Amino acid sequence: MAEKLLELIPMQDRQTSFPSRLRAAGRWLARWHIFMIAVGIVAVAAFAPILAHQDPYDLAQLDILDGMLPPMSESASGYTYWLGTDDQGRDLVSAIMYGLRTSLIVGFGSAFLSMAIGTTLGFLAAYYRGRTDAAIMRLVDLTLAFPAILVALIILGFLGKGVFNVVLALVITDWAFYGRSVRSAAIVETNKEYVLAAQCALVPARRIIFLHILPNCVSSLLVISTQQIARAIAIEATLSFLGLGVPVTEPSLGLLIFNGYAHVIAGKWWMSFYPGLALVIVIVTLNLLGEQIRRRYNAHA
Amino acid sequence: MSSDAILEVENLGIRLRDRQLVKNVSFSVGRNETLALVGESGSGKTLTSLSIMQLLPRALSVSSGRILFQGRNLLELPAREVRKISGNRVSMIFQEPMSTLNPVMTVGYQVREVLKAHSPMTNAEAEAQVVRMFERVRIPDARRRLNDYPHTFSGGMRQRIIIAAAIVCKPDLLIADEPTTALDITVQAQVLSLLRELQDEYGMSVLFITHDMGVVATIADRVVVMRSGEMVETAPVERIFRQPEHSYTQELIRSSSAFELDDRDAGDPAPGPFEPVLSVQGLTTRFDVKGGAWGGRIGQVHAVEDVSFTIGKGETLAIVGESGSGKSTTGRALLGLNRPNSGSILYKGRRVSRFDPDETRHLRTGIQMIFQDPFGSLNPRLRIRDAIAEPLLCRKLCSGKAEAYERAAFYLEQVGLDPAMGERYPHEFSGGQRQRISIAKSLSLQPDVIVADEAVSALDVTTKVRVIDLLKQIQETYNISMLFISHDISAVNRISHRIAVMYMGRVVEIGPRRAVLREPAHEYTRRLLSATLTTDTSKRGLAVDSAPRELVSPIHPVGYEPAPCRMREVGAGHFVLAEI
Repeated sequence: MAEKLLELIPMQDRQTSFPSRLRAAGRWLARWHIFMIAVGIVAVAAFAPILAHQDPYDLAQLDILDGMLPPMSESASGYTYWLGTDDQGRDLVSAIMYGLRTSLIVGFGSAFLSMAIGTTLGFLAAYYRGRTDAAIMRLVDLTLAFPAILVALIILGFLGKGVFNVVLALVITDWAFYGRSVRSAAIVETNKEYVLAAQCALVPARRIIFLHILPNCVSSLLVISTQQIARAIAIEATLSFLGLGVPVTEPSLGLLIFNGYAHVIAGKWWMSFYPGLALVIVIVTLNLLGEQIRRRYNAHA
Repeated sequence: MSSDAILEVENLGIRLRDRQLVKNVSFSVGRNETLALVGESGSGKTLTSLSIMQLLPRALSVSSGRILFQGRNLLELPAREVRKISGNRVSMIFQEPMSTLNPVMTVGYQVREVLKAHSPMTNAEAEAQVVRMFERVRIPDARRRLNDYPHTFSGGMRQRIIIAAAIVCKPDLLIADEPTTALDITVQAQVLSLLRELQDEYGMSVLFITHDMGVVATIADRVVVMRSGEMVETAPVERIFRQPEHSYTQELIRSSSAFELDDRDAGDPAPGPFEPVLSVQGLTTRFDVKGGAWGGRIGQVHAVEDVSFTIGKGETLAIVGESGSGKSTTGRALLGLNRPNSGSILYKGRRVSRFDPDETRHLRTGIQMIFQDPFGSLNPRLRIRDAIAEPLLCRKLCSGKAEAYERAAFYLEQVGLDPAMGERYPHEFSGGQRQRISIAKSLSLQPDVIVADEAVSALDVTTKVRVIDLLKQIQETYNISMLFISHDISAVNRISHRIAVMYMGRVVEIGPRRAVLREPAHEYTRRLLSATLTTDTSKRGLAVDSAPRELVSPIHPVGYEPAPCRMREVGAGHFVLAEI
């Protein structure tokens, strides 16, 4: 019983000192508003064509004379560029919205695909153990032995740029994280008595894996997923920054940073800064979201 | 409160946010006296003891009352003063010997640490003192074992080390929080008599927290009974057992003595003509021990060695033994949960010896198991009725979900639960209720044999009695055979028709219940019975703690072939292992 009580370590009594209020604000934020922020980000990305003032990649809408304007400047047509423009005259707000789209597609796409592969293999390894386990784990070791960015660069070097190619490259390196983590979580669950009880009751193996073990591993899966999405977005940004990621016609936040990078020296900092800020916000939100989901899901048990 | 009291607790209240967990608790412990704090889980006895040692979790606070140690209120002392007292004048030992010692430090270092924290001395002096203390608690080869790590000791030895650490500063008061609950019976007897000796020698007072009335009857001078955070009754030990005033105390005593070995069960319902349902022959299971430079097999644990027995229809065979005896391994082999090296099981006309998936399936069609841990044996994400309905649907024993739910409701009722509760999740039930659900689950598959693997060991005393009675009732209603595995010989007394005693992987004695308990023929059975504590206060007294006889796991080098098991008959159906 002492163990259960220790989990209830509470908030301290309310105090009015500044650091503790800051802490309280942080906790409040962390609880509900993360969901809303996350939903907001996804909505912005999904509805970018409607929300954005211009489609930054439709050349007909651009006016190169509006290029490299600092934030809050006026365009010729009277529209305020809230975050400025880049060297081609693209409104940075719109560019960020579209870039967000691509980044999220790459992030979620690669995460889901690698999750599908990684968890299936992880479960098979955990449930059957023995040689199956050994074989799959050696494959995981092999995959993890290579630095992810290096592998991605090589693959993209062969296949060329493109959103799908980036997703493919990320999946090839990422699945192993899922495989390993899912395997450990599944092994713990497999040794628990309710799995033994199900085996004794002659429930078929496939059903045990997907309907008994999987739901109980979801919490660790969720944590990994959100981290992996964030990581995928960050790697894709790196790849784009290095010039080997998505093409210019479908830029991501990383590519926007890259484009603006050359101009930072000239003092036009906003072209890299704001996309970078957007990237940071997305990644932090995803990480916090993962933690909140895990906490809620686990309150059940 | 006598002025001679070492510890006086007055009106203690402990609060968690807005809930009062402990209310109005008052008692005192005198010099050289043993006070037993008795209660089941959730009674608040551990919290009370933690508050004396200032060890409450941060979430809790003492809302009222005083704790006077030798006249000074511990709750009002500054931290520095408290540090001088705890560990030095007041010491505590906890329940889990496995987790109380730090695994990365040697045991000698940990005990020395306690000593040096309270009195200035050099390392050499401290070490000498620690060796003396280890010898006092009878750890063999003390000087050499000072430098060993905790994992090289068994549970009983670790508890002795912890006792050594607790008394090394010769405290005035020792608080013992269920120190023997996690230990085997014979080891428990040794540890309790050790505590008694130390108490007499050092003039210590002891506050002993337990849920076991047998322990209380054996060692306590006075008793305080707690329930749900409140004190229910307090009296000297003789009076508590002879004339308990409160109904809860009466129930506690009744439940504990329900397991008394002087059986008051007239009319032992021996089942009718013996009709064998399940027959185990020559079962041997060995586990490999890996080690050495290449991680190869350097030895084998002979977990189960040449075990044979037969279970008849409608009969309960109990397997009793301590940890490492092989009883759980045997039980699990019956369900194909581990693969024996040799031997066979004859069930429903088929001899199972290879334990491949096909044979295992055959076993599992008619044999079901109830596991020990009520918290782990149910999938936390399934509603209760789904958990029961699922095997019925998978095995096509029901034609649809509706029928399966109906059956689930029926069996829930059979085990004494409200069928409407089928919609709830496992975490909403208590331990005893979850075991009932597990019983319902096994029952719904209409097995011939149910294996109860320490099914009641994790439950409170009053709940234990109710669950065992439920099992008996189910056996009578459905004429099911049962294999009841337990380390508690007194629990076994209530339910079994025949008893088998296992030690070091072998069955050392097997026979009808009364014969085995009244006339134990094997030395180990006698040892087990003498270690079992009774609530009859007129039989107080512990055997003197001799050198600890540790339970060794039967590990032998690869290729060692032990002699086959031969039994000698000593009575009607009563057999004993013939010593070679």
